[in-house]
Amino acid sequence: MTNQKTISRETDLSGQEYQWGFVTDVETDLAPKGLSEDIVRLISSKKDEPAWLLEWRLKAYRHWVQLSDSEGEPDWAMIDYPSIDYQDIYYYAAPKAATEAPKSLDDVDPEMLATFEKLGIPLQERAKLAGVAVDAVFDSVSVATTMEEQLGELGIIFCSFSEAVKKYPELVKKYLGSVVPYTDNFFATLNAAVFSDGSFAYIPPGVRCPIELMTYFRINTEGSGQFERTLIVADKGAYVSYLEGCTAPFRKSHQLHAATVELVALDDAEIKYSTIQNWFPGTPEGEGGVYNFVTKRGRADKNAKISWTQVETGSAITWKYPSVILRGDNSVGEFFSVALANNHQQADTGTKMIHIGKNTKSTIVSKGISAGQGNNTYRGQVQIMPGAENAVNHTQCDSLLVGDQCGAHTVPYIEVRNPTARLEHEASTSKVSDDQLFYLMARGLSEEEAHHMIITGWSRDVIRELPFEFALEAGQLLKVSLEGAVG
Amino acid sequence: MTLATSPAAVEKFSSAYANADQAKSPAWLSDTRKKAWSIFSELGIPVKRRGNELWKYTNLAPVAESNFEYDVSGSVSIDQVRSTSPWDYTWNIAVVVDGRFNADLSNLTEDVGVSVGSLSDAFSSGSGDIESQFASLAGREEYAFTALNTAFASDGAYVAVAPGVNLVNPVQVIFVTSDSVQSRASYPRLLVDVGSDSSITLIETYVNLSPSRQLSVPVTEIFAARDAAVRHYRIQMENENSFHLATTRVAQMEDSEFTSTSFAVGSSIARNDIHTSLDAPGAVCTLHGLYMTSGQQQQDQEISTTHAKPSCTSDQFYKGILSGNSRAAFSGKVVVKRDAQKSDATQKDLNLLLSRGARIDAKPSLEIYADDVVAAHGATAGHVDSDTLFYLQSRGVDEEAAKAILIRGFAEEMIDEFEPESLNTFVERVASERIPVLLAESDTIGTT
Repeated sequence: MTNQKTISRETDLSGQEYQWGFVTDVETDLAPKGLSEDIVRLISSKKDEPAWLLEWRLKAYRHWVQLSDSEGEPDWAMIDYPSIDYQDIYYYAAPKAATEAPKSLDDVDPEMLATFEKLGIPLQERAKLAGVAVDAVFDSVSVATTMEEQLGELGIIFCSFSEAVKKYPELVKKYLGSVVPYTDNFFATLNAAVFSDGSFAYIPPGVRCPIELMTYFRINTEGSGQFERTLIVADKGAYVSYLEGCTAPFRKSHQLHAATVELVALDDAEIKYSTIQNWFPGTPEGEGGVYNFVTKRGRADKNAKISWTQVETGSAITWKYPSVILRGDNSVGEFFSVALANNHQQADTGTKMIHIGKNTKSTIVSKGISAGQGNNTYRGQVQIMPGAENAVNHTQCDSLLVGDQCGAHTVPYIEVRNPTARLEHEASTSKVSDDQLFYLMARGLSEEEAHHMIITGWSRDVIRELPFEFALEAGQLLKVSLEGAVG
Repeated sequence: MTLATSPAAVEKFSSAYANADQAKSPAWLSDTRKKAWSIFSELGIPVKRRGNELWKYTNLAPVAESNFEYDVSGSVSIDQVRSTSPWDYTWNIAVVVDGRFNADLSNLTEDVGVSVGSLSDAFSSGSGDIESQFASLAGREEYAFTALNTAFASDGAYVAVAPGVNLVNPVQVIFVTSDSVQSRASYPRLLVDVGSDSSITLIETYVNLSPSRQLSVPVTEIFAARDAAVRHYRIQMENENSFHLATTRVAQMEDSEFTSTSFAVGSSIARNDIHTSLDAPGAVCTLHGLYMTSGQQQQDQEISTTHAKPSCTSDQFYKGILSGNSRAAFSGKVVVKRDAQKSDATQKDLNLLLSRGARIDAKPSLEIYADDVVAAHGATAGHVDSDTLFYLQSRGVDEEAAKAILIRGFAEEMIDEFEPESLNTFVERVASERIPVLLAESDTIGTT
């Protein structure tokens, strides 16, 4: 066990308009670098986990070792990066103060609270005013959860994953790995072995969660990976809207983020999951940045609905395909995405809609923006299984190119095994038209403002799916992330 | 991309390769063939599908497991060719039997400015730029089937159009598989060199006289010089037990036009892999096609276009009608390279599914590295619903006729693209014979 003081390095890397690149000076409880069965056991014992969970982690670890010996990382995505040294990563980093769990917000390290202040997370009073319950995950340990009591009155559980394991082991045991099994893919397997914390939410039958649940992720420690695991269960007829935001400080080294999110929407339930991903994208020269390899998937039972909305402006690499398994009859899956790749960013993102039940419906709207030397790929799969009578899918994916050094790619897979299905896929790629720019500039807007206005308008179909506060932030993020790309 | 090696399959071709006639090959061709063989023997038949984008949806195990003979050229009568292929005495027709050019069966006209003949003769006399052209397009990538064909390349057809010649009559090359042996592997090869400011209508026809399982691995290379216009038709009607794994590679120079329509109804497993490279500004390419499948057929369209230079236009548009337990895969790809500004690309694949057992896998993809580009693509899959059928029935058309009308209507715009009169009549006839077969195996028309 080493204690490491993180050092502020933002002064090292100037010239980047990344506003969230501050480092919090908190004592961190670090496990040694590297991955082994001992580390997996250590993580599990640190968290005081029951034997079945350790067993599950170990199975995942052994499977991962097998995978890395045979196939290694998946290589089908259109992303290019030096191979990751999995022995050079801290798999466990907890803010030291948090080893003794805070009993109230007053017990939370003030410096950490200041971090969240900078992030603009409405944590304390602001949380209540904004009507948002926050489970903030700092590196890997959930720091504080707000409004837990208020939610408790409705029977809603919203807490850190570790807490859920202790307090609601039956629920966790029942649903953990039920949508994303530990054998799912290289990164999900890694996550299953070493996940350190995350959020857990359970909405009881027939309950409509009155506020939006929110988690904020932040990677702080240099050379650390963040492996959070989120599990949201909406019981029969329940509704929940969940928000997730992510940032990370400036680091010259790359940071690995391999998260897993599982959503379970039982009969008649609805889950709306919104993400603003603003991990550090690396410097304009392509140094540093977060490698974001994320597995997100939901299971929709009878008449259930799962909706993914994402605004992806950060990360050096984004590898992410939020999916819905439309298992129940009449279930609905949605995917709304804006992904931006500027400078040397690479995004390979999209969705999978697996239609199993009858009369299942899915809608995909994907907007990819490429600028600088960025490469943006939409990769999606729509699969209609033989039993999916009258399934309907509509897919629209549009790409916008800003500058002549970037790339925009579209790789949809459409697999139909039932003739009664109706599928439509449309896609277009274009640049911001000179006519539109001229029109706006003739009315006094600068070229940059005009670009921003056009891009915001072009992304509106997705942005308007976001909850109000998030929509404002998303607009700002697009603007900041595109700075310097025009002209 | 690494393709899985299946040593057994390589073994099956190696004795035929060792015995293949190299005597008449000029030295440069022997070298090319040797290189191709070493590529194929490394790659083998790509039976591994997992992680192999090119064969993700197609199981080639039946090809790897079958045994084929080679180097036995069967005899075929002119009546057999005429009754199975489009035919018109005004056309310049080359007939290639089991990979060998056959002058007796061919109908070579005296058209000025075009030479149509044997590839073997072109090799030995060094016609035109054959040495630099041959296997230059189909040898660019390491691909098992182009390598396999090239390793066995000794004959086929060669078509050359002199600069400034506008041919009125179409040129047709008919590749016939004879019925003299039970199972044969043949490697049809066609090289087409169209000079600048010339135009040609080119028809490629693949027919099979045998009812038993045959393997046909054709490779066609087409060079369109500056301002050349090529109107290309491709008809594939091998028997339903056979394998047809075809590659077409096209290189287009400045302001050239390549327009192709394919009509694919045959084979057990068939692939039409076509790639056009727009190598100079102003090139235009149009790749269209219709595929109809029934029974246990698998019909693949692997369609790709590279916009290598600015101001080029490409259009991919395919339609499929699937019945029985058949499968089809459409994989369209448009790559716009960094400097290819002002590119215009469209891509479309529409499918009509007539039965529960039918299955379509479509992958229309775009890879774009230039910003001043207009690119759009679309794909649909659906069936004939009860409303549509009812509409026709309410106007006095009986159910069976209504179904046939709807299917015919879906195929119509592609069939109409076969313009030369004798060709259109032929395609119309084959399609109208095919529709009742599709209907007989259909179980979902008008169900919901």
